[in-house]
Amino acid sequence: MSKPMARNVTNEGFDTTAHLRNAAAQAAKRGYDDFMIVDVDAHHYETEAFSEIADYIDDPVLRREAKFQGMSRGGIASMDGSYQEMTGRVIRYPERKNEKVPPEPHRDITLMYRWMDAMGVDVACMFPTPMLNIVTCPRIEVEVALARAYNRWLCDNILKTENRLKSMLYLPFNDPAACVDIVEKFGDKPGVIGFMVVATHYRSVHDNAYMKLYSMLQERNLPLAFHAAYTWSDKQLSLTNRFMAVHALGFTWHNMLHMTNWLVNGMPERFPKLKLIWIESGLAWVPFLMQRLDNEFMMRTSDAPLLKRKPSDYMREMYYTSQPMEMVDNLEALEVTFKMMNAKTQLLYSSDYPHWDMDLPMTIYDLPFLDEQGKRDILGGNAQRLFNLETALAPGKLERRAKRGVKAAAG
Amino acid sequence: MSEPVLVCKSDDLKEGAVQVFAIGDIEIGVIRHKGNCVAYRNVCPHQGGPVCDGRLMPQVEDVIDPNGLFVCQNFKEDDMHIVCPWHGYEFKIATGEHAVDPNVRLKKYEITERGGNIYVTL
Repeated sequence: MSKPMARNVTNEGFDTTAHLRNAAAQAAKRGYDDFMIVDVDAHHYETEAFSEIADYIDDPVLRREAKFQGMSRGGIASMDGSYQEMTGRVIRYPERKNEKVPPEPHRDITLMYRWMDAMGVDVACMFPTPMLNIVTCPRIEVEVALARAYNRWLCDNILKTENRLKSMLYLPFNDPAACVDIVEKFGDKPGVIGFMVVATHYRSVHDNAYMKLYSMLQERNLPLAFHAAYTWSDKQLSLTNRFMAVHALGFTWHNMLHMTNWLVNGMPERFPKLKLIWIESGLAWVPFLMQRLDNEFMMRTSDAPLLKRKPSDYMREMYYTSQPMEMVDNLEALEVTFKMMNAKTQLLYSSDYPHWDMDLPMTIYDLPFLDEQGKRDILGGNAQRLFNLETALAPGKLERRAKRGVKAAAG
Repeated sequence: MSEPVLVCKSDDLKEGAVQVFAIGDIEIGVIRHKGNCVAYRNVCPHQGGPVCDGRLMPQVEDVIDPNGLFVCQNFKEDDMHIVCPWHGYEFKIATGEHAVDPNVRLKKYEITERGGNIYVTL
């Protein structure tokens, strides 16, 4: 045997491809080259390009303010001093900013493709990271200005040229008219596959002010996604003192609230063709809420008179992203969850990379109760159908397949 | 069982240092901890992360006084962990067991130190 090759891990610079070398090994072992993987919830750190984004702010006063203030999070005592990177334990947070990239293409494109290629992801729907929190900004005009600027920057600099990168664009939900305007202006841009609302807002989803928005999205066949989040400024969640607590509850609570209002107010009957996606709340909340709402609905149908079926029947027709999938010891519970939510057609794989609780495709692929087609549908097929995506494998996959002499279409 | 494989000289692995060696297709992390060496496969049992590329961190403890009141948090420096850099799973360096659930553990390899050299047996 040849002499072992040594790496001193304390002296290595950060590189996404190296960081995810075990993910690439997983992809090769499981044969991801043979089918398309779509990641419906991934992120980039737009803070690294924030001065570029700030240039897109129309209002010159806010533009100057944005450039001066920046978009970084505050320190330990700030409302969002969240230490989600576990004070350096998850090393990609502190070290990622030092990663070397070539001058072209845009740094965000290079970094996205590095992790996607390592994991075997062909197409990713990308979202910002700190800018998700602009939903809690008390100055609504700031939220709107930043949302417009980010969406324009993303369309111009990333989505326009990159077929593998998509987005559901941020809607500034605190301003219903601005949401309508954004759908009108951006709805047919290349790479825009829907629109997204961050869940930590304080205006009910059944407010009449939003009906025009829902109608437009339904008419255009563009899905509406509720991206989970937490905020320590929420009155109840401010009672928590550890990140694990505010995150575990916050990322489910806000979406449970919106789902409940959506159902009780009969929105699925009012907008029967509007496709809803619930992002980053995991899965365990779904059977809980189905059981809770069905039980109460059967006693109080007069509280939700627009519903013609049980709440869970409508929930089973909505879409859910998979991450963070609760890795319970009880596999039976997970299997029941999959059955209850009709995961074979409604579940969409998501990684949430590069965040601390990201899930690799193996979290789906290794589930013993799914057959091969079921795995492939959740990892990509369901998203392909939902977003009308063409079958398109990553260049690296195509190269490897060509070397193997594989010509048949991926499925 | 295969023959022990020489991975490095004893002097090359100082206290608290981690080196990762590729032996064939397998990556193994070797850590010197409290004077001894331990060797683990560089794959986290959670989602397969390169656990030996991670930070060494002490166990965190909540300090509670005799009346049940919270006092502060502390690092237990005598209970060092290696932390998977992908998700933060923490494993006791001495045993490879997860900080709380001993059923979740790193794959451990036999390691010997003799004649100024460190050997790992696959």
